Amino acid sequence: MTPPATTAPSSAAPVPTDLDPTDPDPTALGDTAGVWEEVCHLDDLPRERGAAALVDGVQVALFRTHDDTVHALQQYDPYCGAHVLSRGIVGTRGDVPTVASPMYKQVFDLRTGACLDPVGREPVHLATYPVVVRDGVVLVGREPRHGSGPS
Amino acid sequence: MAMEPRGKAPHHLVVVGGGMVARRLVDALRARDGEGRWAVTLLCEERRAPYDRVALTSYFTGRDPEDLALGGQEIWDDPLVTIRRGVAATAIDRAARTVTTSDGRTLGYDSLVLATGSYAAVPPVPGHDLRGAFVYRTIDDVADLRSYVESLRGELDRPLRGAVVGGGLLGLEAAGALRALDVDATVVEFAPRLMPLQVDDGGGEALRRLIEGLGVSVRTGTATARLTDHLGRVARMHFADGPALDVDVVIFAVGVRPRDELARGAGLEVGERGGVVVDDACRTRDPAVWAIGEVACIGGRCLGLVSPGYAMAEVVADRLLGGEGTFPGADLSTKLKLLGVDVASFGDAFAQEPGALEVVVSDPVAGVYKKLVMSDDAKTLRGGILVGDASAYAALRPMVGRELGGDPVAHLLPEGATPAPTGDLPDDAAVCSCNNVSAGAIRCAVTEGGCTDLAGVKACTKAGTSCGSCLPLVKRLVTTELEKSGVAVSNALCEHFDLSRAQLFDVVRVQGLTSFSEIIAGHGRGRGCDICKPVIGSVLASLGTGHILDGERATLQDTNDHVMANLQKDGSYSVVPRIPGGEITPEGLLVIGQVAKDFGLYTKITGGQRIDLFGARIDQVPAIWKRLVDAGFESGHAYGKSLRTVKSCVGSTWCRFGVQDSVGLAIDLELRYRGLRSPHKLKLGVSGCARECAEARGKDVGVIATDNGWNLYVGGNGGFTPRHARLLAEDLDTETLVRTIDRFLMLYIRTADRLQRTAAWVEDYEGGLDAIRAVVLEDSLGIAGDLDAAMAAHVGSYEDEWAATLADPEKLRRFASFVNAPDEPDPSLAYVGERGQARPATPEEREGGAVLIAGTTLEVRP
Repeated sequence: MTPPATTAPSSAAPVPTDLDPTDPDPTALGDTAGVWEEVCHLDDLPRERGAAALVDGVQVALFRTHDDTVHALQQYDPYCGAHVLSRGIVGTRGDVPTVASPMYKQVFDLRTGACLDPVGREPVHLATYPVVVRDGVVLVGREPRHGSGPS
Repeated sequence: MAMEPRGKAPHHLVVVGGGMVARRLVDALRARDGEGRWAVTLLCEERRAPYDRVALTSYFTGRDPEDLALGGQEIWDDPLVTIRRGVAATAIDRAARTVTTSDGRTLGYDSLVLATGSYAAVPPVPGHDLRGAFVYRTIDDVADLRSYVESLRGELDRPLRGAVVGGGLLGLEAAGALRALDVDATVVEFAPRLMPLQVDDGGGEALRRLIEGLGVSVRTGTATARLTDHLGRVARMHFADGPALDVDVVIFAVGVRPRDELARGAGLEVGERGGVVVDDACRTRDPAVWAIGEVACIGGRCLGLVSPGYAMAEVVADRLLGGEGTFPGADLSTKLKLLGVDVASFGDAFAQEPGALEVVVSDPVAGVYKKLVMSDDAKTLRGGILVGDASAYAALRPMVGRELGGDPVAHLLPEGATPAPTGDLPDDAAVCSCNNVSAGAIRCAVTEGGCTDLAGVKACTKAGTSCGSCLPLVKRLVTTELEKSGVAVSNALCEHFDLSRAQLFDVVRVQGLTSFSEIIAGHGRGRGCDICKPVIGSVLASLGTGHILDGERATLQDTNDHVMANLQKDGSYSVVPRIPGGEITPEGLLVIGQVAKDFGLYTKITGGQRIDLFGARIDQVPAIWKRLVDAGFESGHAYGKSLRTVKSCVGSTWCRFGVQDSVGLAIDLELRYRGLRSPHKLKLGVSGCARECAEARGKDVGVIATDNGWNLYVGGNGGFTPRHARLLAEDLDTETLVRTIDRFLMLYIRTADRLQRTAAWVEDYEGGLDAIRAVVLEDSLGIAGDLDAAMAAHVGSYEDEWAATLADPEKLRRFASFVNAPDEPDPSLAYVGERGQARPATPEEREGGAVLIAGTTLEVRP
């Protein structure tokens, strides 16, 4: 598999509306390529499963849900100390898209990184990364948002 | 003053005795004494921790004393509990509050509990002390009996003859032991009927017919006069009248006497017929000294059953913690299976109450005698006797003293003819008399304790954990209560499915569904989770609907099945090629060794007689398997809820003792069931003789060779709750054996819960092992042909899932380390050397900059 072409995204691209207002301004994508990294084609990600990626040398877990939304979380599982989260089972808790760690089965909200089931341990929330899918290309922001609990 | 470590507990309790009642006291005290006010020292004369004496006879079928271990052995690891095995108390100094022990030490106590139990009485007939005369009380007694019989059998070239003096409960147990040892047995009873304390003449007569039908001779109304010997060994029994009997072994089972000698020596009051006199709080005249169990003389008599002993233990535990508990009086109800014959007796079994009416159903052809004792208006149940079929016992006994409702005869009809009256069982009715658990306590465990299944209620209330006779009733109560409170979700798999795994299996099978999307759309909600997805992945795989990584199927798999390797703690995987039966050629060993060397893998022999290769990165796994598959290896499914291994001993090919080719059979079985997905992992074992070197009885399916074929055991496992497999069928030829295993496994796969191993499944299965035996051997449900066909389909459609994966580039994509850098190794993996191999570095080693070795990053292609 080859990494996707690295043409800089056009600043004319539609702005995703689900990004947090505190994110780096997506309209600036064109001239701040340092903020976003093109990772792969959407088709490279299996639906309802995760895949690991290196974003700026950091391990990130990407998940493509059944509606083709892509979420990015830290790949590092704080409960076991290994980089494995992309290998967990994707599902739902109520309406919340989730992943369960493959190691000790803690469950996390794919959207926020919040730990929804700490399996008897203290909840630890995960960092998330902004994701944009444009023209079938998945872009991941280099700056993580630090995790917080369910609101 | 105490010389034993007792932690910080302010008070020291010494318990003299190591029986079931002593054990119950320790359990009860530790369960309630949350603050740690009492440290306990248990003086246990036998060299074993307390064991299940009630099940002593099973020693002859299980052979292993471990089989008699009581649950919850972790109690002996409690820092406040000290058990001293093989140490007896020899004297009590009540003034100084000390106990002297047989190993010459002195122990101080704040409270002392005598739980010394009984010894077996031996009547003073001449010859009672000859070699070959035994009593029946402890594991050592039965072990001595067995070794005597086995050595005699080696000497004498004829069937052995035995006699039991005493036709009560213990005597019939002992006769069962003789039969299990293949010794002809005669039971000699002084009273005019068997079990004179529990059953009436009609019951005794039914019992005699049933027992004689099993080949045991019975002589009632017979007094043993003396035993005579031949060269010092018992050889003949003489009676007050009637002909003498030639015997090789005699067991005395005429009753027990309390072991009250310590109390006598300490000046404590003893009863007229022995036993330490206590009040209804189980306390002697000395407020620091208590007595419980068979040694206690309470209300003027000693009680030789375990359940009143348990009740006394609970009273003392309560009192030690400041409670006001009193002994509620003994329920002398009994239900036993003697020589395979059900006998139960409860309440006013002999209709001693004035005006009592007896309702009797007697069927000599079926070998059944049942009697209910009713009040004079025929409404209230007073007691009863059940011989030959005691299935009504669990439902009837709690109704003693209550209105039965309807025609009493209806309650005596065979099971199923009338529904058991459980729904309206009053809360204070005792359901489990061994552990004194009421119907209300069981209901409460569900409604307030949050228990949602039988196992939870058993753990929470202890109901059904001793003799187990009440389990059907407990199960019905739990189910009823759950349904009432709307918690019928106990069967639901997870929030996405209301069906249980077994129900889902049927739905998928009958409707021929083949995809998760169809299944969840039709029978569930949402998009699934880590509970239901692997279950459906497993169900689809069990039904043989294609490769586990085909299309959407891949999204259902836990990482182990997804990578087809076992995830380890650092995120790397281990790889296990199949080595059927544990048999491997030198060439095969060299291939595995070379692969391990080339990929820098740590190697270890598994418990299942194969080789595990650790430290493979996800991106290396296909390359490792390419090498293994090219050399002829297949997936070992170490990662799957599926058949793992069929372990074998060396067998008759090489072994001096083997009677059958265990390796050959193990290989055949492993090749037959390889790739079979199931609710939990499956392990099989085959031993070539009764020495059982393959430890087959620790497996889900264990096969042990006999001179005439194979014995088949099912439902064993190791792990957190070890279980010995139980005998399903004996002396099968190979074809019948394989067919029986086929059906057993398929029935399990179809009906077990998620992650339920065979042991728990057998226990939960309606009717238990007997019902399973009826299904797989007698086709009682008419599904045997269906089960056979399902297994035939599995065997016919098997393909090695690793070979199939290597041939499919689409499936191989998932092994990329990073979607944007498929061959870049996970930079976080780090290894250090230990004993000549790599192991994951600890966090400290990573932090401290220890010398890390290259580990699995070196792949040298030849």
